[in-house]
Amino acid sequence: MFMKAAAAILSKDFYSELRTRYALNSLIMFVVVTLSIILFSTAGEAVSPSLSAGILWIIIFFAAMSGLSRCFVSEEERGTAMTLQLWVKPSSVLLGKLAFNSLLIYVLNAMIIAAYLVTMPSFVVKAPLVFILTILIGSFGLASASTFIAAIISKANSKGTLYPVLSFPILLPLLVSVIDATRLSVEGGSLAEAMGDFKIMFSYSVVVTTVAIVLFDFVWRD
Amino acid sequence: MKTWMKIVIGIWITAVIAIGLAMPIGYIPGLGAKARIIYFHVPMSWLSVLAFFMSMWYGIGYLRKKDMKYDIKSATAAELGFVFSILATITGSIWAKFSWGSFWNWDPRETSIFVLLLIYGAYFALRSALEIEERRASLSAVYSVVAFVTVPFFVFIMPRIMFSLHPGGGGSPAPILNSSGKMYMEASMRYVFYASLIGFTGLYLWLFQIRAKIGLLNYNSLLENE
Repeated sequence: MFMKAAAAILSKDFYSELRTRYALNSLIMFVVVTLSIILFSTAGEAVSPSLSAGILWIIIFFAAMSGLSRCFVSEEERGTAMTLQLWVKPSSVLLGKLAFNSLLIYVLNAMIIAAYLVTMPSFVVKAPLVFILTILIGSFGLASASTFIAAIISKANSKGTLYPVLSFPILLPLLVSVIDATRLSVEGGSLAEAMGDFKIMFSYSVVVTTVAIVLFDFVWRD
Repeated sequence: MKTWMKIVIGIWITAVIAIGLAMPIGYIPGLGAKARIIYFHVPMSWLSVLAFFMSMWYGIGYLRKKDMKYDIKSATAAELGFVFSILATITGSIWAKFSWGSFWNWDPRETSIFVLLLIYGAYFALRSALEIEERRASLSAVYSVVAFVTVPFFVFIMPRIMFSLHPGGGGSPAPILNSSGKMYMEASMRYVFYASLIGFTGLYLWLFQIRAKIGLLNYNSLLENE
């Protein structure tokens, strides 16, 4: 029942996204714009591999900040939040939205990384396993924290500016470790070297998701 | 708070400052007389974390009881915590200039206090963006809890994993923050340090009480006007 409702929310968001393609279209354009600014400003420069790892996560972070808040903000804007509150348990709403946002960020990251690998000559992944694990765990952590913050800011004024302001300090432990792990993967570090980062990413994702599920009631029903 | 307690706090802190500056300092390898910062910097950092904790504690209190009194106390603790973390940043930065040669160099400890400042800033930004009082109270309480569970990653885990120059990090002298949980200070220094901790904590509690009272009075007069 509980999972069924979450799956229903996921498919609802999925179909409404397919119908308008609002989030995906604007996010793709956002990535293109950001990437081209970076390419313009680094044209002719030798970007070191470790710097390129950091730049990749800047793109991912701001792409997430511009796209992931929509899942809750659109419910408030269209006035459909009340209907959801009447029909579905809060935790199902959160899980459904989290699943949708994770899906969105995985698709988005796949595109960002593909574009980045093609356009950034210094970004060559020497340890693919470390890199793939970093993206898989890191993206989920990013989705879980930003989905929950999206629920908070959807009730506030000036949503757009508030979102990165509130998310950044919460996401920073994750960002520091994913950037470090990505740097290791570019420099050809071993899995054992990246283990500390993976531990932080994993425990961070678990802690934030748990806290989000526990506290979501207070955010959703006010 | 009773009047005599305020007087005691005043005299106490004056004495701590005077003794802290004047007393000959015990031998701490690698720090020397610069170790006097311990009497001021460590209490500030301690209070910024304590205030952060109290803010979350009263936030949870609000979520359980739905009483505005808790929200006012939570916001008050956050305001004071913000002030103390600025003071901790400044005192630490001055010390860093004379010990490491630059005011700021993104040492893990500096990063962690920076994140604390950012969280306080975000907390106030969130509060000012919410107009309905109940909503402001519950959402800012939720935010402070989320922030509180992610901060330990910074304050406790990262400085121990990464190499830090801060006393307690790899290879530098560690009078207070060390893995063995002991204090490496001479007895006389330790007394002044504890006295300073107690004095500044008393000052914090006094400030907290005044600010919370002002907040409550403002809130009550708002209710009466409506």
